[in-house]
Amino acid sequence: MNYVADIRALTRKDLLLEVRARDTLPAMLVFVVAIFVVFHFALPAHSSALAARGLLWVAIMFTALLALGRAFVPEREQRVLDALVLAPSDRSAIWIAKTLATLAFLVAVEIVAVPLFALFFHGVDGATIAAFALADIGICGVGTFVGAMAVATRARDLLLPLLFLPLAIPIVIGGVGASVVSAPGRYLAFLALYDLLFAVVCWAAFEYVVTE
Amino acid sequence: MIEARKLGRRFGEKRVLHRVDLDVPRGGFAVVTGPNGSGKTTLLRICAGLAIPTEGTLAVAAARREIGFLAHEPLVYRELTALENLELYGRLYRIRERRERIGMLLERFGLWDVRHERVASYSRGMAQRLALCRVLLHEPALLILDEPYTALDAQGAELLDEQLGELRGERTLLVSTHDPLRVDPLATQRLALA
Amino acid sequence: MSPARHNSGLMARIPLPALATATLALVTTALCFVFFVAPNDADQGFSQRIFYFHVSIAFTAYACFIGGAWKALRYLWKRDPSADLESYVGVHQGVIFGSLVLLTGSIWAKISWGHWWLWSENQLVLFLVLFLFYCAYFMLRYSLDDGPQRANLCAVYALFGVVLIPVSFLAIRLAQRFIHPVVFTSHGPNFHGWILVTYCISQAAMFVLAYTLYRVELAGKRLDRRLRDLRRAYA
Repeated sequence: MNYVADIRALTRKDLLLEVRARDTLPAMLVFVVAIFVVFHFALPAHSSALAARGLLWVAIMFTALLALGRAFVPEREQRVLDALVLAPSDRSAIWIAKTLATLAFLVAVEIVAVPLFALFFHGVDGATIAAFALADIGICGVGTFVGAMAVATRARDLLLPLLFLPLAIPIVIGGVGASVVSAPGRYLAFLALYDLLFAVVCWAAFEYVVTE
Repeated sequence: MIEARKLGRRFGEKRVLHRVDLDVPRGGFAVVTGPNGSGKTTLLRICAGLAIPTEGTLAVAAARREIGFLAHEPLVYRELTALENLELYGRLYRIRERRERIGMLLERFGLWDVRHERVASYSRGMAQRLALCRVLLHEPALLILDEPYTALDAQGAELLDEQLGELRGERTLLVSTHDPLRVDPLATQRLALA
Repeated sequence: MSPARHNSGLMARIPLPALATATLALVTTALCFVFFVAPNDADQGFSQRIFYFHVSIAFTAYACFIGGAWKALRYLWKRDPSADLESYVGVHQGVIFGSLVLLTGSIWAKISWGHWWLWSENQLVLFLVLFLFYCAYFMLRYSLDDGPQRANLCAVYALFGVVLIPVSFLAIRLAQRFIHPVVFTSHGPNFHGWILVTYCISQAAMFVLAYTLYRVELAGKRLDRRLRDLRRAYA
């Protein structure tokens, strides 16, 4: 189907750009390790394992923000977005492709960060991994959408966290809930609901974000 | 092809276009002139569908896939090669026989030898030539070119002259320039913006 | 007053002076009922009466946000040019009433349980999140120049807000299980008799107040816009 082919072409382009530039992924990795070190000093003695798990989610959120801030930079720099918008493809394909590419980076970082967290602090269970899988979709989907909005404004980098964080609060609740509670099913279901709802809204509304 | 009546466009407090009328028939070659800041780029962006007018009406009888737009910037990814850029656009525009068409255009505009190099290493003239390849890739019925000669080197300008000569009559062209002498002989109509 | 050609809706034809009078009447009635008619709460006594305003203001804020989102949808879908301004004013009213929710809620918490802020109060936490969200709405609006793009982005964001409301509420309820093991019971009195009547009057008063303020602000902004258009026309 043409739509899928468009998404594939655009995702390929985004991944290729990162392979060439090689700046976002290393930055995210260093950032996440630095945050862990900060957490060690931020958690007083006798803090519970649960507190540390909560902070893991904070770390992932802010690392994701790093990637999201860079997501539309290639398009913004020389207004290449205009050319993508002019193409006959459905504009939502641009959003999906960016989401998939950002998702790839985030998962790559988590593959390193989560074992590192287990090394520095405490191990994580299967529910946490599942929660990350679901939460990542929400983070990247909503994050790239909001990133496209921020890129159109004067305030850009300033605006992205402000637009993203209120929308991300439910994700944090779902994720941390699944990580610390003994019956995580409810929270995982909630994350899935969040993903579904916002994926639909983002998919339908992206057209209006990039056109006039 | 293009019918614009009393087109106006404002950015915040600043009015950039005011009551512009434009009528370009199919196969016509319209040239828009005017000093910097007179709204040429805005007018062309509106005709291409990238901006909507805040006043007036516009009717363009071409679908998105039939429009080719050349902007001030080349609209190509600097970290990708010429080939990769054109491959991307080729896929998005669903061009049949993509490889052949890309090869033909790169060769015509003298970029075949550097096709595997990143656009970041190109000169301004080369990047603009690549932009022309991008614009012509899908053989658009309506070509909108915003000051195409500005960034071109001498070789590129000659190639563009040739190209415009060929396309004239077959396609509809809307070109803006602040050096009208170059394209004036080809023009079927002229619009001067204040 | 500018002609009512902007809205063909029934509500919009109600003249402003009539609305203002109705607001005054309703708010006065509500105050009377809250202070004189409603019975004293068994647990919290006289000070619990702020609850009538707190809850009615909360629902009014929700209504403003939903109204703003509805106008946003009209802007995107029907390309109704006046809907952008209406959406903005709706959201603005929502934020004003939302701030009042936080204020009255804080006062209520202090009176009832001795703390100025309670993370266990779902409604309060929800309004904090929404307050943050809609603050970002204004930052978004002010970082863009007036034009189709600003209207588009703000409309989309307003729609996101309305999706966020139920999702956040659900999330906050889920969060209470691991944030606060002890949940304060008895959120409010049972609705019956005079309590119900008083609440309904307060709610009606708040709705009408919000709508009146909405119309006033909208009229003011439209006047500003006409003035600007006239200035430009002569320039």
